[in-house]
Amino acid sequence: MVERRTLDVGLATAGIDAEGRPVRVPLGLSGSPLAPAADEEGGVGSEHLLLNIGPQHPATHGVLRLVVELDGEVVVRVIPHIGYLHSGFEKLGEYRFYNQIIPLTDRTDYLAPMANNVCLAMGAEKLMGIEITERCKVLRVIACEMSRIISHLVWLGTTAIDLGAFTPFLWTFQERERIYDLQEAWTGARLTTSLTRVGGLLADIPAAFEAGLRASCERLPKVLDEAERMLTNNAIWCARTQGIGVISAEDAINFSLSGPMLRASGVAYDVRKDRPYLDYETYDFDVPIGENGDVYDRYLVRVEEMRQSVRIIEQALERLPDGPINVDDPRVILPPKTAAMTDMEAMIFHFKQVMEGVRAPVGEAYVAIENGKGELGTYFVSDGTAKPVRWRIRPPSFINLSALPKMAEGHLLADLIAINASVDIVMGEIDR
Amino acid sequence: MNPSVEALRREFGDKIGRAVESCGDTFVYVERESAREVLAWLKDTSGQEYNYLIDVTAVEYRDPELPLEVVYLLFSLERKVQLCVKIALPKSEELLVDSVVPLWQGANWLEREVYDMFGITFRDHPDLRRILMWETYSEGHPLRKDFPLRGRLSRSEQVRRALHANPEAHYSMDELSIAEAFNDLPEDMRERLSRGERDAIPGLRGETENG
Repeated sequence: MVERRTLDVGLATAGIDAEGRPVRVPLGLSGSPLAPAADEEGGVGSEHLLLNIGPQHPATHGVLRLVVELDGEVVVRVIPHIGYLHSGFEKLGEYRFYNQIIPLTDRTDYLAPMANNVCLAMGAEKLMGIEITERCKVLRVIACEMSRIISHLVWLGTTAIDLGAFTPFLWTFQERERIYDLQEAWTGARLTTSLTRVGGLLADIPAAFEAGLRASCERLPKVLDEAERMLTNNAIWCARTQGIGVISAEDAINFSLSGPMLRASGVAYDVRKDRPYLDYETYDFDVPIGENGDVYDRYLVRVEEMRQSVRIIEQALERLPDGPINVDDPRVILPPKTAAMTDMEAMIFHFKQVMEGVRAPVGEAYVAIENGKGELGTYFVSDGTAKPVRWRIRPPSFINLSALPKMAEGHLLADLIAINASVDIVMGEIDR
Repeated sequence: MNPSVEALRREFGDKIGRAVESCGDTFVYVERESAREVLAWLKDTSGQEYNYLIDVTAVEYRDPELPLEVVYLLFSLERKVQLCVKIALPKSEELLVDSVVPLWQGANWLEREVYDMFGITFRDHPDLRRILMWETYSEGHPLRKDFPLRGRLSRSEQVRRALHANPEAHYSMDELSIAEAFNDLPEDMRERLSRGERDAIPGLRGETENG
C-alpha cells in the first residue's frame, strides 16, 4: 500500500451551485457533491459549449481528439476520437513471417519498444513450443524493466508539465536519455530496437552495458527522490490530483483496466505475479497498490514501480548466467554468417529460414506481459504456415482510455487534462 | 483442459460446442444465441468467477469455408485462471452476436473495434460506431481476408480524397447537437451533414460505395 499524504491546501476556484449562486469550490474537489452540478435543462446557464481538443494538442499526448461538452467549466460529456495514427499493423502482420513482425512492434508502444519486442517473441515461442535459454530470459527481464522505467519517466515528466511543473520533466527526460543510450548500445537503435528474435535475441549485451546499467540503477532513485520532493507534498500538485478522476476497484475491473490504472484503485493484479513469465516468480519485488483510485495514487504507484524495477534489474544483473542467448535450433535461429558461407547444411537452413520463414504448428496462443501501460498481450492464430492467420495486440492503453469519459465526466475541464495524462496513453498502441 | 469446460457442459448441455486445448490454454466454443448467458454465468457463478475480461477480438481464417470467430478472453482475478470462449459465425449467416457491454463496460471499445475491422454487429451495444477508421469510411472492414492489404483505392485516389475532405465536417450530428450549433453552419454543410455525408466528394458518391 502506498503512503498517502493529504494536505489541506485551502485553494479554491469559482463555481456555481445548483441554484445558480456563485460558490467557492476547493480545488481537487470538483468531483464531489461540493462541486457545481450540471444544470437542469432550461435553467440558468443551460447553454452547453462544445469544445474540441486535439488531435494536435500537447495535452492529449499524441493524436487523440476529445470532443467535450462543457457546462461552464464542468465537463458534462467527453467523446474521444481515435484512429488518427492507425497503420493497420495487425493486417500487415498477417502478411509477414513471425520475425518480420518484430519491427512493427517497435512502433506500437514506442515509449517502451523493447517490452513490445519481448511480448511478440514470447507469443511466437509459445505457439511453436520453444523454450528459450536462461541467459535470454534474464536479459529479457532487464529489457522489460528498462522499458517500464523509460515509459514511466516519460509519463512523470509529461504529466508534471501538463499540471504546470516544468522542472521534473527535465530531470526525468535526462535520466531516460541515459537509459536510451544503454538501449542504443545494446540494439543499435534508440527507438526502433527490434531487440528480440523468435527463440532468442538480436544480440548479447555489449561490454560496458552492465556497468552502465548499474550506474543507472544507482542514479535513478535519487532522481526520483528529487522529482518526488518537487511533487509529492506540493500543495498545487496535491490539489490538482487528489480526488480527481476517481475510479473504484469494482469499476476498474469492469472496465478491464490494467497496469497502474487498476492497481491505483486497489486491485493487486500484476501479470508478473499472477501469470508469471520469464521466471518473474523468482524475483523479489513488491506490487504497489493505491487506495483511492485517483490521479495522485496513480502517480504514487508509478513512482514506486520504477523503484521496484530498479530492484528487479539489480537482481537480474546479479544472477545473469553465462551461456548462449539463442536456442540451439537451426530451424528458428539463423546460423552464423561464416557457417552459412562455408557449411552446406548451415547454408540450407539459412536459405530456408530467409525464403520460407519459420513454420508454426496449427493452433493459437495468447501471452501477456506487464508493460508500463498495463497488460500487453499477443494473440496468435496459426494455420500451420509461416505467417500468422491473425495477430492481435491486446493494447493496454486503448482499453484504459475507454474509461476516460467515466472518470472525467463531472470534473472541471482542467481536471480532464490531469485525468487524461494519468491514463498514460501512447497513440501508436491505441491506433495500431 | 480447464475444468470450467466440464462445468459448462453440465450447466448448458449441448449449447457448448467443442473445446480445444492449444499451447496450454483452453478454448471453448459456445453457440451464438446463448453466448451472453454463458459469459454471464462464467462471470458470476462462484467457483468460476471469470470477472476480468482481458480482450474481445475476432479471427477470420484464410480458408473461406471456415466461419469467422469472435473471441472472448476471460481471466479470474481470484483464481488466476484463464479461459477463452469462442463463437463461430458462419459466413452464410448474418454476422451478429449479443454485446457483452451489459456485463463488462470494457467491452465497449473492444466490440466497436471488432465491428470496425470485421463487420460483426453486436446486438444491444450502446454506441456501435467505427472506432479506428473514420465514421464515413466506406471501403469495408480492413481485417477481413477479402480486403486487399493496400486498401481498395489507389494511393492517388486516397490522396485526392484526403485533399478534398472538408475539415469543418469532422463533428457528428450528435456532437453538433450539444452546442446547438447545427443551425449556425453554412447551408451546404448542413445539407451534407444531415444526409450523413462527411468527407465525401460530390459526384463520387455511389460509384465507390462497394463496402
